[in-house]
Amino acid sequence: MNLNPIAIVLQTVLLLLLAPLMTGLIRNWKAKLQNRRGPPFWQPYLDLIKFLRKDMVISEHASWVFRAAPCVVFVSALLAGLMTPMLTAQAPLSLFGGVLVVVGLLALGRFFLALGGLDPGSAFGGMGSSREMTIAAIAEPAMMMAVFTVAIGASSTDLSQMARASLGPAWRLFNPAHVMAFVAMFIVLLAETGRIPVDNPATHLELTMIHEAMLLEYSGRYLAFMEWGASIKQLVLMTLLSNVFLPIGIATVATPAALALSALAFMAKLLVLAAAVVLVETTNAKLRLFRVPDLLSAAFVLATLALLSTFLFR
Amino acid sequence: MPYYLDFSPGMFLVLAFAGYGLGAVGALAFWKHPRGAGWWSFGCAGLAAVGGLLSALSALTGAGRGAVCQVELPSLIAYIPLTLRLDALGAFFVLVVSLLGVAVSLYSLGYARELEGRKSVAALGAFYNVMLAAITLVFAAGNAFLFLIAWEVMALTAFLLVSFEYEKPETRDAGVLFFVMSHIGTGCLILGFLLLFQACGSYSFADFHNLGEKLPPGKRDAVFLLFLVGFGVKAGLVPLHIWLPAAHPVAPSNVSALMSGVLIKTGIYGMTRVFFDFLGAPPNWWGVTVLAIGTVSAVLGVLYALMEHDLKRLLAYHSIENIGIILMGLGAALMFLHSGHPALASLALLAGLYHTMNHAVFKALLFLGAGAVVQQTHTRNMEDMGGLARRMGWTSAFFLVGAAAISALPPLNGFVSEWLTYQSLLQGFGTTESLIRLMFPIGGALLALTGALAAACFVKAFGITFLAQPRGEGARRAREASCSMLLGQGLLTAACVFLGLCPILFLKVLDPVTQQLTGLQLSGQLNAADGLVLSTGKPEAGTISMAGVALAGLGLLLVPLVLWLALGRRTKARIGPTWDCGQQGLTPQMEYTATGFSKPIRMIFKALFRPRREVQREYDFSPFYATTIRFESHVEEVFQTRIYRPLNRQVLRLSRRLRVLQAGSLQAYLIYIFITLVVLLLFAL
Repeated sequence: MNLNPIAIVLQTVLLLLLAPLMTGLIRNWKAKLQNRRGPPFWQPYLDLIKFLRKDMVISEHASWVFRAAPCVVFVSALLAGLMTPMLTAQAPLSLFGGVLVVVGLLALGRFFLALGGLDPGSAFGGMGSSREMTIAAIAEPAMMMAVFTVAIGASSTDLSQMARASLGPAWRLFNPAHVMAFVAMFIVLLAETGRIPVDNPATHLELTMIHEAMLLEYSGRYLAFMEWGASIKQLVLMTLLSNVFLPIGIATVATPAALALSALAFMAKLLVLAAAVVLVETTNAKLRLFRVPDLLSAAFVLATLALLSTFLFR
Repeated sequence: MPYYLDFSPGMFLVLAFAGYGLGAVGALAFWKHPRGAGWWSFGCAGLAAVGGLLSALSALTGAGRGAVCQVELPSLIAYIPLTLRLDALGAFFVLVVSLLGVAVSLYSLGYARELEGRKSVAALGAFYNVMLAAITLVFAAGNAFLFLIAWEVMALTAFLLVSFEYEKPETRDAGVLFFVMSHIGTGCLILGFLLLFQACGSYSFADFHNLGEKLPPGKRDAVFLLFLVGFGVKAGLVPLHIWLPAAHPVAPSNVSALMSGVLIKTGIYGMTRVFFDFLGAPPNWWGVTVLAIGTVSAVLGVLYALMEHDLKRLLAYHSIENIGIILMGLGAALMFLHSGHPALASLALLAGLYHTMNHAVFKALLFLGAGAVVQQTHTRNMEDMGGLARRMGWTSAFFLVGAAAISALPPLNGFVSEWLTYQSLLQGFGTTESLIRLMFPIGGALLALTGALAAACFVKAFGITFLAQPRGEGARRAREASCSMLLGQGLLTAACVFLGLCPILFLKVLDPVTQQLTGLQLSGQLNAADGLVLSTGKPEAGTISMAGVALAGLGLLLVPLVLWLALGRRTKARIGPTWDCGQQGLTPQMEYTATGFSKPIRMIFKALFRPRREVQREYDFSPFYATTIRFESHVEEVFQTRIYRPLNRQVLRLSRRLRVLQAGSLQAYLIYIFITLVVLLLFAL
C-alpha cells in the first residue's frame, strides 16, 4: 500500500502514449471495414503535435472557465488512469481511491467539459452539453451496478483488490455474473466514449453531434488537451473492462517475466475490445437520442441480473 | 464553580444566547437607522455564532468531550423546568448552525445594505437573531417543553422571514403554506412526546433515553411514525416536501441559506435523536422505510430541480435531494442496528451526519452566491442571466466550488460523504440473507443516478447563470458583490475544501456522537495512513485520500506545462467571435436556455413530469416566417395535483359541515363545555 514513484511515472507515460494509439487504431480499422483507406493509426499523434503548435482563437464571450476546462479534463482523466491497474494488479495510486473515485474523476472531467461547451455561447455547445450530461446521467446507474457486482464479490472498491479477487479461485470464464456485468459495462463504454449507437465521433453534422459539439470553439493546445483527455478516458474505461472484468494474464508480482506476459495479455485484450467497438460501430446505425435510454436501461437490467446471479448461483 | 465562570460548553452557549438576544433587542432599538440596525444585529449574530461554535467545539473535542453539559435556566412557569442540555449529538448540530451563523452573518452585513430604504433592516435583523437562537435552542433543549417552545419560535420566525417581502402574493401564499405544513408536523410531534411521557412519566430527554425497550411494539411503531411525519415535514421528505420549494426561494437570500442549510436539519436532528437515542433496537421495517423514503426523496428532488429555471427554487429542490441522501445513511444505520452490526451502523450514521454538515456548508454557499446574483440582476429567472463569470469573478468561482461539491465531485466534501454512503450500502449487502439486501445495491445505483443528475443540474445552473453572454439587462449591468458578502462565501468555500481534504480531522469531532448513539468511536479505524487517507475500517476494502488526489492532480499539471514549454511556447492566443454559421453575429437569444438544457431529461422522464406545451404562431405570408411566437411549457406538479389538492378539497368540505357547531350562540358553547367536562370525568373514573 505504498506509493511507488517509478510506477506512477511509468503508468503516466503509458497512458499518454497508448491513448492516441487506441483512438487511431479504431479509426483506421473502421475505415478498412468500410472499404476506405482511412488515416494511418498514428495520425492522432501527429494531430496532437500539430494542435500543440498552433495559435489559438478564443471566443470573445468565454470566461475563465473556458480556459480552465481543458486542464481539468486532461488531468482528471490521467488521475483516473493512475488508479486503474494496467500492467500489474497494483495500480500506482490505488491508495488515493478506488473505482468510486475513478467514476467521480470522470464525472469531474465531464462537468468541466460541459461547462466549456456552454461558455462561448454558441447553441451547438449548449446542445452538446445538455445531451452529454443527460446520457451520462442515465449511463451512471448501469455502470455503478456493473461495478457493484464485482465490488461485492471482492468485498472491496479498490480496483487492485477487485482485479485480484476476480483473478482468484472464484473466477470462471463463463460465470454468468461476470459475463452479464461485462456486457453491461461494454454498453456503458460505448455511451461514455461517444461511440456509434449513442454518438458519432466522425460527424460534424449540427444536430447529431454530442462530444464534438462541445469542442467546436476549442483550438490549438486547448483542443489538444481536450482530445487527448477524451482518448485517455476511453483507454481508462477499456482498461477497466479488460483488467477488472476480465483479468486474465495480469501480473500480480512485478517480475520482468510476469510484466512481459501481462503487457502482451493487456495489449491483446485492448485490441480485441477495439475490434469489438469497430464492429459495433460499423454494423449499427446511430440511435435517435430518445432511444438511447432504452439501450442504457437494458444495460442496467443486465447489470442487476448479474448482481442477482452472484448470490443465486453460488 | 458556577457555570458562567468556567470555560465550559455551557458558558459559551449561554453567551451565545445572550448575543442573539442583544442582537434582536438592539436591532429594534435602531429601528429608524437601518445602517446601524444592520451592523448591530448581524454583528451580534456573528459574535454569538462564534460563541456557539466554541461551545460545540469544546463539547466535542476538549478533555471532557462527550460529557453531557446541563444548565438549569430560571423558569418562569410552574412545573416546566427550562433545562439546557448539550450532549454530543446536540453539540454537533450546534456546530453546524453556528458555523453557518458566522458565515451568513458576515455576508448579511453587506447584503442588508441593499435593503436600506426599501425594507426594514431592523425587522430582518431582529427576526434573524431570534431564528438563529431558536434553532440553537432546539439542539440544546433538555426536555420536551423547551424543545417544543423553541420549535414553535423557530417556525414562527421562519414564517415571518419567509413573508418578509409580503407585498408579493406569491410570498404570502408560500408563507401560509409553510405555516400550515409546519403545524401539521408540530401536531405529530406533540402526540409523539405525549406517548413517550405516558411511558416514563417525565418530559426530560435524559429519561427518554432507550425508552423504546419499555414500550409495547404497537405503541413504539406509532411513536416512530409520528416522529417520522413530524420531523419529516420540517426536513422536507417526499411527499411532505411541497412547502419547501415554495418557501425557501421567496425569503431573503441570507435567510434562505439558513433555512436550507440548518432549519431543515432540525428534522434530521429530531429523527436521529428519537430513532437512535430514545427508541433504540429498531425493527427491520423502520430502517427499510427510512432508506426507501430517502432514496425516493433523493431521486425526485433532483429530477424536479432539473425542471426549474428559478435559481433559488432549483437550489431548494436540491435540499430535498440531499435530505434524501442523509436519510439513506440513517436508514441503513437503522437496518444495521437491527441486524446486529454496530460498527457498520456507526459507519452509515457517520455517512449521514457527515453529509448533514456538508450539505449545510455547500447549500448555504450556493444560496449566498444566488443571493448575490439575484441582488445584482434583480431576477431569480435564470433565463435572464448569463455572462456573470466575467462580471462577478469571485462569486462565480465560489459558486462553482459549491456546485462541484453538491454534485459529489472529487476532491470536495460532497464526494467524501457520498463515498461513505456508498461504502456502507455496499458492505450492507453481506449483513442479511434475505432479498431485502437488494435494496442496498439498488439504493447505491439510484444514488449514482442522483449524483449524475445533480451534476447535470449544476452544469445548467452554473452554465446558464454565469457563462456565455448576458441574456437580460440586469445581468449586463451586474457588478461584483460587496466585500463582506464575498468574505462570507469565501469562508464557506474554505469549509467545503477543508471538509473534503481533511475528513479524518472532522471525523474526530464526530467520535463522541457515534459513541453516544452506538457505543463506538470510528475515527481511529477509519484513519488508514497519517490522517490523510480515509478507509472504511478495513483498508483492503477501499481507501480514499482527497488530499492525495488534489496533490497528484497538481503534480500532473506538469504534463500540460511541459508540453506547452516544449512545443507551444511561441503560440499566441487571439480573441475572436464565436462561430455563428455565417450569420450577422451571435445574439443572446441564440444561446441555449435553461429550459432547453433540461429538455432531454424532461422527455426521458415524461411519465413523471407529464410535460405540456403550447405554441402559437402568428404570421403574415408563410408559416416559416412567423412574426410572433408564443411558447408555453408546463410540468405537472404531481404531488400538488394528485395528493394535496384532493386532500384540500376534502378538508374544506368537512370543515364546512363542522361549521354548524360554531353557530355563535353562547348557550351552545356552554353546552359543549359541559359535555366535554362530563366526558372527561367519565374517562377519569
